[in-house]
Amino acid sequence: MTFVARFARFWFDFIVGDDWRLAVGVVIVLGAVDTAVSGHPGLWWILPASIAALLAVSVRTAARKTTAARRLQS
Amino acid sequence: MTTVLLFAAAFIACAVEMVEALTIVLAVGVTRGWRSALVGAGSALAALSVVVAVLGPALAVLPIDTLRLGVGALLLVFGLQWLRKAVLRAGGVKALHDEGAIFEDERRAARAVGQTSTGMDWYTFTVSFKGVFLEGLEVAFIVVTFGGAQHHVALAAIAAAAAAAAVLIAGLVVHRPLSRVPENTMKFAVGAMLATFGMFWAGEGVGVHWPGSDAALIGLLAFTFFVSGALVASLRRLPKAAPAEVAA
Repeated sequence: MTFVARFARFWFDFIVGDDWRLAVGVVIVLGAVDTAVSGHPGLWWILPASIAALLAVSVRTAARKTTAARRLQS
Repeated sequence: MTTVLLFAAAFIACAVEMVEALTIVLAVGVTRGWRSALVGAGSALAALSVVVAVLGPALAVLPIDTLRLGVGALLLVFGLQWLRKAVLRAGGVKALHDEGAIFEDERRAARAVGQTSTGMDWYTFTVSFKGVFLEGLEVAFIVVTFGGAQHHVALAAIAAAAAAAAVLIAGLVVHRPLSRVPENTMKFAVGAMLATFGMFWAGEGVGVHWPGSDAALIGLLAFTFFVSGALVASLRRLPKAAPAEVAA
């Protein structure tokens, strides 16, 4: 692996971490909220609700993968 | 209120990361000698200070809305990763951080490398520098982004320095890894605070008008803790097996 690739990999791991879907999800949610709240200020709740859903999906996916891996091991 | 939360988040985040860095420095220091370990740790702290000193003022010149959207989104991603890991650990899906085991692993690795008789021991210097710099980079990131969005980089830096001093003193007193620190609980709290501030600022950046203005932070923080707590409870109801490091 070249220095540039290692450098890029380090920053990807540092910012994005274990689950890249969380990062992509945050970008999509912010784009959707930007569209939703223009002219509808009462829709602020979409942001916390969507972030909670993102976290829940990420956690449940990791738990499912771990459970499946343990079943394979036993 | 935001100032108190800002100080608390920077302090706790730095304390957690310093506990991890201290384990590495103690392991190489005890095994191979203190001089090179301390020079390595000191050099890393100096490098981190430069990062904060350069990036902190640079962020302050950006327009506040752009800054809050960018910083908010980054903090939100960063905070969610911390929170996800803390939830998985609290729920028994991922193994808890074991400072004692990490200490022993580092000592074994340090013993396996040939000892130099005089002068600087570069193995010890490098391990100590890398440990402190890499763990500290997360703190520098939090200090710069958190402090930058509130225009309080100095306050965040003071909180981080206070935490670093507290952990260092505790490490010098006990002379072994601080394995009794409730690391996951602290990471849980920091993750929740980072995600909350990230949500708040990124929301403002895309045009959200939070009900109650800054007071909405308290509601968002409570909501984040509630959701995370519910997720931990749901994970604990899953069939039990030995926690493993396989959750990606």
